[in-house]
Amino acid sequence: MIAGEFMSEKRVIIVGGGLAGLSCTMKLAELGVKVDLFSLVPVKRSHSVCAQGGINSCNDATRQLGDTEWKHFDDTVYGGDFLNHQPPCKEMADWAPKVIDLMDRLGVTFNRTQEGFLDRRRFGGTLYKRTAFAGATTGQQLLYGLDEQVRRWETEGMVRKFEYWDFQAPILDESGSCCGIVAQNLHTMEIKGYSGSAVVVASGGPGLVYGRSTMSVMCTGSAASRCFQAGAKYGNGEFIQVHPTAIPGADKLRLMSESARGEGGRVWVPRKAQDPRDAKSIPDAERYYFLEERYPEYGNLVPRDIATREIFDICVNEGLSVEAEKLSVYLDLTHIPKTELDRKLGGILDIYQKFQGVDPRFSPMKIFPAVHYSMGGLWADYERTHQGGLVVGSPVNHQTSIDNLYAIGECDYHYHGANRLGANSLLSCIFTGLFTAPGIQNKIANVGETSSSVIEAAQKQQQEIHDNLLRRSGGTENPYLLHQELGNIMTKAATVVRRNDQLQDAYEKISELHQRSKNCGLSDTGTWTNQNVVFTKALFDMFPLAKTIVKGALQRDECRGAHFKPDFAFPSLEATDEAEKIKEANQWCDRFEENNKKWLKSSIAEYDGEHPQIEYEPVDVSLIPPRPRLYGLVGGETIEQVWKERTEAQTVGGSK
Amino acid sequence: MIKDAYGEELKKIDVRVQRQDGPGQSPYWESHQVKYEPDMNVISVLQRIAAQSETADGKTTTPVAWNCGCLEEVCGSCTMVINGRVRQSCSALVDKLLDDSKEITLQPMSKFPVVRDLVVDRERMFRSLQKIKAWVPVDTYYDMGTGPKISRREQEVSYPLSECMSCGCCVEACPQYTKVELFKASNESEEEFLERQQAAYNNSFIGPQAISQAVLFNSHPTGNNIATERLDALTDAGGLQICGNAQNCVAVCPKEIPLTTSIARAGRAVTLHKVRKIFGAG
Repeated sequence: MIAGEFMSEKRVIIVGGGLAGLSCTMKLAELGVKVDLFSLVPVKRSHSVCAQGGINSCNDATRQLGDTEWKHFDDTVYGGDFLNHQPPCKEMADWAPKVIDLMDRLGVTFNRTQEGFLDRRRFGGTLYKRTAFAGATTGQQLLYGLDEQVRRWETEGMVRKFEYWDFQAPILDESGSCCGIVAQNLHTMEIKGYSGSAVVVASGGPGLVYGRSTMSVMCTGSAASRCFQAGAKYGNGEFIQVHPTAIPGADKLRLMSESARGEGGRVWVPRKAQDPRDAKSIPDAERYYFLEERYPEYGNLVPRDIATREIFDICVNEGLSVEAEKLSVYLDLTHIPKTELDRKLGGILDIYQKFQGVDPRFSPMKIFPAVHYSMGGLWADYERTHQGGLVVGSPVNHQTSIDNLYAIGECDYHYHGANRLGANSLLSCIFTGLFTAPGIQNKIANVGETSSSVIEAAQKQQQEIHDNLLRRSGGTENPYLLHQELGNIMTKAATVVRRNDQLQDAYEKISELHQRSKNCGLSDTGTWTNQNVVFTKALFDMFPLAKTIVKGALQRDECRGAHFKPDFAFPSLEATDEAEKIKEANQWCDRFEENNKKWLKSSIAEYDGEHPQIEYEPVDVSLIPPRPRLYGLVGGETIEQVWKERTEAQTVGGSK
Repeated sequence: MIKDAYGEELKKIDVRVQRQDGPGQSPYWESHQVKYEPDMNVISVLQRIAAQSETADGKTTTPVAWNCGCLEEVCGSCTMVINGRVRQSCSALVDKLLDDSKEITLQPMSKFPVVRDLVVDRERMFRSLQKIKAWVPVDTYYDMGTGPKISRREQEVSYPLSECMSCGCCVEACPQYTKVELFKASNESEEEFLERQQAAYNNSFIGPQAISQAVLFNSHPTGNNIATERLDALTDAGGLQICGNAQNCVAVCPKEIPLTTSIARAGRAVTLHKVRKIFGAG
């Protein structure tokens, strides 16, 4: 009887309880739509808690320095090397001040100025202080604000939480529309089908594909991968952000927020390789502040892909790593008064001290880049307005290539293009959750009932897969060790510097591992809280994503944002003579235009059961024409000047 | 490389884990050995144990079940009792543990029902957050402009309270917080069982974390609009009066939240609230 009632009642299923999933849940609840919220962990423990630095918006102070929503939008697409579809980015930047106002009203403990306004800091890739923050645990504080609201709706009966449930697969009806999910309880191991008038996947990033990263242990990418394997398209998989500053650890690479540099942290290495002296006793003249020297305008706050590459270059190519065995550079805050550090960065400095046993207020930190964020994700649609934003309430906003299945937050492919700006992820997650809710409400108004036989059949199918896995005996592969191997291959071939021979080799090795994984032996075949089988299933689902990342990277013969292939890098200008320099700059610009014709497109993968098949989709760059991304390039000013003249000439030519 | 008691290089770490196969079953100890590596924490020890699936004396065993998430002490997942002390396992560094002890012992928290091994059910903590209405009751999520102005001084008081990650260390250490573990009776429906469980939670101590959250939301200008409802919850069965002032909570909090200060603030507010009620102004 109860099941029958649930079938006729319209409910939306949300998979994932981080910022995107929670903001979508609370907005739907406010609109009167009931939500079933599924999460691997109690939603308060979602990975969003790890975000440290802050959340961006144009604000009252920056406006008076000439900032606008449009400039935030421009920084976002310029930082993303123009691979971002522009209408969603424009809408997000327009919403940013409203999102922060809402979070402020929800009681988020943002840092304050003396007078009581929201304090702001500067982040990478912009010259404005746009970033609101709550100490150095902004993600945690924002998540708690949303978690509290969802708890309120739970108390009122609008939200049912399914915590410790693992999403197994979307359920598709005869016409291919998504009408529910199959999920598994991680304690009882029960596998059950649930019908949903719409399904929203908000499952975050796939960090574990790289073994160790800055991501939490549940960020396996399995939910997105299971949608991918069910037919949803996956976009821009090869764009993986490697964060410039993390603390290397045996179990995890812990993030050291960009805010450490936003608050004045300086990155350096001793000019003498592996100088044995204590860092503090090395005089200024013998320190190489390489970011400041190489990028005088942005200094330590160049965009992430560039900072990462420079740190990598200093250690690997120039051999200037602080230590010979463990690659690292100094991130130095010791020139900033302790009281100020405690107020603005206390949380992250405590983490360093706790895990490294050294107080970063008095000794420079040792850091190295780590895999951090996936710009790519499930392909998602949108409806564009004439002005170039998104149509409010459109049911196609953030719908995947499977009807009635939505993707929001880090697991979708929008907003960040080829490289994400710091403090834009919290924004994109909350924005997509809030913004897509009215569209989903409109969508489900026209969705009919699901026949229970479809749900039951899907449940049965997943149960069989699970039972077969438990029953299989004699498997000789250890899933945990296979995972380590996968992580090593991915980290070596598909992070900071990418070469085609290595990528080709990696693809073959991953395919081998994928085959070997089919011979995994379980060390636990029990039917109660069996973490072994849950991990093994998640491991299986890492391979389709790993293959997509590597194949996308292999095929993309260019440099764009986080995707850097030295064999296809554009050289700096070499000429010293002015006329010659302009000639070189023109050639540079010709090459830039040709490359964009070929590669300014999103890679869109479909999975054929064994391999991803990749096609390419044009990028909507209708609002801001692509221009060279020149942070710090030698001769950049000349290229910029030449580029400007060329585009002006085109515009004049066009209007005649 | 650290040395053992005989000055030899330490190559293996002895780990004893208190295991339990399911709810209500008897716990038992199991010994493991893992290879020593520099900079290990308890999480990496448990990862090695899961990968090798073998006890110290070479018997095949199932991986030890435990919860973890962020591994940087902001999610609250991986709480357990390590060498007798409740803490987060991610920030429990092996080198430091071995300074004081020759082995590592791992036990589940004792104040919550064990699901399996080191996994416990902390749902009761989230229910107590429902009970004290730990949220700001805004009218709507539409754009209505900025929130109330809050001074830097107020922010600096509320931010530490807001760092509470519901990890459960405080309640594990609290002598007044006792375990509530119920089992579904054979003649009971699922709904009846959940109702009985909720009633048991309601009558049991809400604990330091929930009291501190009540203080946090009562001090927010908009949150304060339902302050009396929170104070009612704090004076209800299982409320603030159960606190015995042992002050263990504040000593074990990994985030160093001033829990006893919160409890004192709540105490004053509750007294005032009761007086107001007597005079009909509540």
